[in-house]
Amino acid sequence: MAQKLVIIGAGMASGRMLEELFKLAPDTYDITLFGAEPRGNYNRIMLSPVLAGDKTYDEIITHDADWYSAHGVNCRFGEAVVKIDRKAKCIISAGGVTEYDKLVIATGSASFMIPVEGNDLPGVIGFRDLDDVTAMLAAAGKPAGKAVIIGGGLLGLEAAAALNAQGMKVTVLHLMGHLMERQLDSAAGYLLQKELESRGIRVICNAHTNAIVGTNQVEAVLLEDQSAHPADVVVMAAGIRPETRLGIEAGLHTERGIVVDDAMQTSDPDILALGECVEHKDTVYGLVAPLYDMAKVLARTLIGEAAAFKAPEVSTKLKVTGVDLFSVGDFGDEHEEIVFRDPGLGIYKRITLNNDRIVGLVMYGDTNDSNWFFDKLKSAEDISDIRGALIYGSAAQGIDPLAAVAAMPDASEICGCNGVCKGTIVSAINGGATDLAAIKAVTKASASCGNCTGLVEQVLASTLGDDFVVPAAAGICGCTDLTHEDIRQIIKSRSIKTIPAAMQEMGWKTSCGCHVCRPALNYYMIAEWPLEYADDLQSRFVNERNHANIQKDGTYSVMPRMWGGMTTPDELRAIADAADKYNVPAVHVTGGQRIDLLGVQREDLPAMWADLNAAGMVSGHAYSKGLRTVKTCVGTDFCRFGTQDSTGLGIKLEKILWGSWTPHKVKLAVSGCPRNCAEATCKDVGVICVDSGYEVSVAGAAGMELKQTVALAKAATEQEVIDLTVAFIQLYRESAAYLDRPYKWVAKVGIDWVIEQVVDDSEHRAALCERFEISQSVYRKDPWAEQAKPEYQPRKWAALADLTLEAAQ
Amino acid sequence: MSNLMSNWIDIAALDDIPPRGARVVKTRLGCVAIFRTIEDQVFAIDDACPHKKGPLSEGIVHGRAVTCPLHNWVIDLETGEAQGADKGRVNTYEIRVENGRILLDGARLLARSVA
Repeated sequence: MAQKLVIIGAGMASGRMLEELFKLAPDTYDITLFGAEPRGNYNRIMLSPVLAGDKTYDEIITHDADWYSAHGVNCRFGEAVVKIDRKAKCIISAGGVTEYDKLVIATGSASFMIPVEGNDLPGVIGFRDLDDVTAMLAAAGKPAGKAVIIGGGLLGLEAAAALNAQGMKVTVLHLMGHLMERQLDSAAGYLLQKELESRGIRVICNAHTNAIVGTNQVEAVLLEDQSAHPADVVVMAAGIRPETRLGIEAGLHTERGIVVDDAMQTSDPDILALGECVEHKDTVYGLVAPLYDMAKVLARTLIGEAAAFKAPEVSTKLKVTGVDLFSVGDFGDEHEEIVFRDPGLGIYKRITLNNDRIVGLVMYGDTNDSNWFFDKLKSAEDISDIRGALIYGSAAQGIDPLAAVAAMPDASEICGCNGVCKGTIVSAINGGATDLAAIKAVTKASASCGNCTGLVEQVLASTLGDDFVVPAAAGICGCTDLTHEDIRQIIKSRSIKTIPAAMQEMGWKTSCGCHVCRPALNYYMIAEWPLEYADDLQSRFVNERNHANIQKDGTYSVMPRMWGGMTTPDELRAIADAADKYNVPAVHVTGGQRIDLLGVQREDLPAMWADLNAAGMVSGHAYSKGLRTVKTCVGTDFCRFGTQDSTGLGIKLEKILWGSWTPHKVKLAVSGCPRNCAEATCKDVGVICVDSGYEVSVAGAAGMELKQTVALAKAATEQEVIDLTVAFIQLYRESAAYLDRPYKWVAKVGIDWVIEQVVDDSEHRAALCERFEISQSVYRKDPWAEQAKPEYQPRKWAALADLTLEAAQ
Repeated sequence: MSNLMSNWIDIAALDDIPPRGARVVKTRLGCVAIFRTIEDQVFAIDDACPHKKGPLSEGIVHGRAVTCPLHNWVIDLETGEAQGADKGRVNTYEIRVENGRILLDGARLLARSVA
């Protein structure tokens, strides 16, 4: 007499398990199968192609009613199980009581419906089964239908691409900073977003859903930023929830999923479970490969053979036509990584290594070698011997890169930007151009985007033999071979608006840059796209992130702004009060005509700023690569030699310029007469008042180097001085390398060019001033007032936790 | 996996730390800096650079490393070792993320302080 086996759930996991069982021991059990869906078993992971119209339902059926009946399975499709009675060893369904000797739970999972108002409106659906697909296709049938997908993970994006292919207007709302953040790093996420956007899909990252609205039917999704996204259908693809209700009610040990051991046994020895409803060693699985492994193990357990489930390495491929994407393993920032980017072709590959073994892999745009890499990962092969060419994949193994270049035909193109082929470069070399600069000058190869620089050098090396020494990279840091000037140019010409985009488009060699390139890129984005780019605080040096100057002992200095070096008794009292209240150990009068409070504790900063704000003072930006001070003398107000109102002009300049970010710090001074008490002739911009007007000079220095300013122009009115100064600073902001002071920048570009742009061409000057003003509409504000707000306290200034009071155990 | 001696303390939500950022936890042994990488991995190390005690929690986080804000030493978050030519090491502490919460192993931090 065969034992009675009851299975709850007729999905992929139980289907595969039955196949395994029938292979091993076809007649061991008398089987009854319950399935909530009124149909047999189909390949659930192929629902996306069905939705896209690439496949039909019939094509994805794996086990139909005939298959089950041919194997003697008693099918109870469309009949939901309501209860498991462990004592009586039976289950209860609409059709009554069914007894079991062994029970298998394979209830799978349901879409996680994010807990917001309106998530139960008609038209809000998950993406788990054929009914969901049918509902989506019905919505897609309407003319000009709009779909909003909540969740930019694997499932959400497959739904988005499919509905887009069905002609719907699709918006993807994703909570995290980039798409598929569990499988992809930000660079690959960026490429994917770009691809989807090029198909007309709108992608919004960092999107916090506030509510879903509609009267009888869903109408729109509202985000926290108050934006509304109209929708005829809303697809919830924000994750899955293991279907554990039956297990919990039966008293089985359940965490996120029904807990099983290595043999797929639950806490009741007669009940087994597999698939997306289970939790094994703290992990819940949502991909098919581990489910199939579970099926094999469970089948063996059922016939009394020992078997153990071992979590497999799981790889991910997105099933969207035309998108090649592969991800596996730990692709986090391991100690070592090899990154390959081809911006032209939109290719990104990243291998992470640990102890000369591949532990993770992300590929975008070219996944041809994914299995070759994946095999090496699974077998933990030592790759130290092939490391040099590893990233180029299986085809490149055993080939010396130099030999590969030598073998290239003369007609093959080396520089895509300028259309220069190898033969042209070789004849230039033979004609005497024996270094990179000479080849650039003669052929223009590598003179534009610079991506082919390495190739050009290899052509040099293979042509010249031992005579050629590869020069050290001129890149701004180890992450790139590009110079600051190249980077700025590429950001501008290719409209690159985020740091991950910049790193991808310019072929960065690391995944998220370093402390040298990130602040530079952040500045370039701010300068180029003031209205669109959101300042990245994590790419800021500590002083600019905390709006105070860090000192050697980790305390900070606080310096309020004193416009034009003027102050009042009230301001001085407030400064003195703050110094007392926060136990400031040192008060210092600076060379920039203000007062520095030194030795302030980090946690006191916001309260101290609030006190200074209350007395009418704002940040002096003494910590920034930005406008610092405008030093003045007292001019015609008091001085018997003064020729103009130098103090008033200084204050006007400071009120226009303050808050602006620049490549390096910027200091100004206005002196009321040629005696120059404000020492204007060693500043970045110096103004000297004379009887006939003003002399504006620029590019001075009084730091590591001492340089007198050079004349920019004479001006007749205050307004002219202001326009010249603003235009000069904006030109500096737009074209200087990060961390070049104006004197260094002017030495590079030449004062004649600066005068041409700022003085001679009045239209150009006006345009510079206009662009500066656009930027200042965002940045002319007091960061202290903002960061002293109460909401900043818990998320920035307070400690994350205080364990000093915690008891020892 | 936790060993017998560990004492996991729920200190905060993962989202309380910005990606590529850090926050500190006060302990009787001084501040411990909790880092979150761009890949949402977390690391806990002493908040004092082996060079001149700079607050590492204020450094720029890149990959699995942080650059000290005082003199640009680069510290590996996983091992606590100074990178490149610099020599030195900071203490590291066991830490993990579970269901969006950061758990710090307080065994060493609390036990040593009363020893």
